[in-house]
Amino acid sequence: MTTAPPTGRRYRPPAPLGGRRRVDSPKRRSAIAAAFLAPALIILGLFTIWPMLSALRLSFTDASGFGEPEWVGLENYIGVFTDPDLLNAVTNTALYTVLFTPVAVAAALGLALLLNNPRLPFRGFFRTALFVPFVVSFSVAAFAWSYLVDPQVGLLNYWLRGLGIQLGNVLEDPNLAMPMVVLVAVWKLFGFYFVIFLAGLQDIPTSIYEAARMDGAGAWSRLRNVTLPMLSNTMAFVLVFAMIAALQAFDQIYVMTGGGPYGSTQTLVMEIYESGFRKLEIGFASALSYVLLAATLLLSLVQFVFFGRKEKDLA
Amino acid sequence: MSTARRSLRDLRPSTVLTTIAFVIVTALVLLPIAIIVLTAFKPAAEVNAYPPSLLPDDWTLANLKTVTSELPFARLVGNSFVFAGGVTLFALVFDSLAAYALARLDFRGRKVLLVAIIATLMIPFQATLIPLYQLVADLGWVNTYTGLIAPRAADAFGIFFLRQFFLALPRDIDQAARIDGAGEFRIFRSVVLPNAVPALLTLGLFTFVNNWNDLLWPLVFTTDAEMGTITSGLTQLTGPSGIVPHGVMMAGSLIAILPLVIAFLFIQRRFIENIATTGLK
Repeated sequence: MTTAPPTGRRYRPPAPLGGRRRVDSPKRRSAIAAAFLAPALIILGLFTIWPMLSALRLSFTDASGFGEPEWVGLENYIGVFTDPDLLNAVTNTALYTVLFTPVAVAAALGLALLLNNPRLPFRGFFRTALFVPFVVSFSVAAFAWSYLVDPQVGLLNYWLRGLGIQLGNVLEDPNLAMPMVVLVAVWKLFGFYFVIFLAGLQDIPTSIYEAARMDGAGAWSRLRNVTLPMLSNTMAFVLVFAMIAALQAFDQIYVMTGGGPYGSTQTLVMEIYESGFRKLEIGFASALSYVLLAATLLLSLVQFVFFGRKEKDLA
Repeated sequence: MSTARRSLRDLRPSTVLTTIAFVIVTALVLLPIAIIVLTAFKPAAEVNAYPPSLLPDDWTLANLKTVTSELPFARLVGNSFVFAGGVTLFALVFDSLAAYALARLDFRGRKVLLVAIIATLMIPFQATLIPLYQLVADLGWVNTYTGLIAPRAADAFGIFFLRQFFLALPRDIDQAARIDGAGEFRIFRSVVLPNAVPALLTLGLFTFVNNWNDLLWPLVFTTDAEMGTITSGLTQLTGPSGIVPHGVMMAGSLIAILPLVIAFLFIQRRFIENIATTGLK
């Protein structure tokens, strides 16, 4: 068979038999690819890239929604790095990311590994039930959780008091407000990562496990040497999305604490929203979003390089 | 004989412990949903009573009546369906076309393009909002479904998600069609897409849910209250003007999440069936 699939990572279509239909030149291949890509690229270019470039232009002006914006050079960026509120927002965003990402990903992975046990009863029910929070909007989730931890009539507060744990007014407590808004995000989003991990687990051929078992690998060894390496693609995907979700945290904070108490839940995107829509400092807000964009890109690149290398090691 | 042996193995302590753990975790995860549903039917006096209880003593429809008289609910729910449904339909078509090119066609600049598309994921939506609003206003699309849907008709997440899925499909499934002289579009439509139904359903659900639940875009974009969605409409109840009773808010929340939960339960069944039957493993 001369048309065996190529072993390299890059796929090259086999030459058409008889050469009747076409000469598969690079030019022709590019034209076909362009036709497939055009609709999506037009939408992304017009409604994401272009507004982002406009924001770049605005970030060098004193745009405020009133009158013609004037060029102010780097003033907004200097403001970003000298604003005392901003250091707080950066620290909070980092704290949120460090709390959210490992907790959400570990919960999703742990539950997916446990649910992948074929002896577990009611697997379909658990899988469905754990995903349900993902379909609830952040604003509805924020409202339900605020009611649950209400210091007077909150059911969760009441039950925890029964266990001897005094939570007090969680959303007014500078030490507890941040863990609380992170908990809401974990609750809402972990089901999404969980389902992705489950799909990844199902893609691992059972023959590999049988081979490992024959070689005398125990459960722990199979997890470490088979499951986790085979999941590295899935893991990269989930980590990147969890991290982006964390860096862009906004909705539930906006509803639950408004950035308080004492700025303890004020994140970068909250700061962007406030300077852009409350104070109408559009230029400053645009500069701020470019700082966030740069931070996100940097962290994502580090992760892609790290996981990209791991993937090559496996091949 | 073998079934008897299996049921004995089912009773291993680790499986029992795992089951108990799952029951507890699931109950905790579903607690906020239960609170929404149950509080929606609670009379105001019970909602603010101490000690609080999970179940209402008296079930009432008063909260639902209040919330539906405050907002044009049928209209808002309809708008949500048009907005989220329209975005999902267009995004599935455009994303899968782009993902096919990125996963299965060999052309110059593919890697650069992929990185560029992934990079757009990092752009916080809030950062583009003001220029985006101006652009859509210049096109004359404010308060139209076109304006609401068009900016979301393709998205980087969907392209990336489908590309990962298309990459994992075995190469040889399209070899036969290619040898028969099928063009790329025919291979895409009649070989790759039918094999990607679970991924398309999953992405479709995610896209629908994300747009149904989106707050900022419909809130900023629609100045006409009649063009708002259920999610943006709900926030008009909370506003800075005052505290809305928990019961009324939960009744509104219940209406907002009910279509999604039903749609999810419906798709979830097919989703699992598809994973089980397509033999993609």
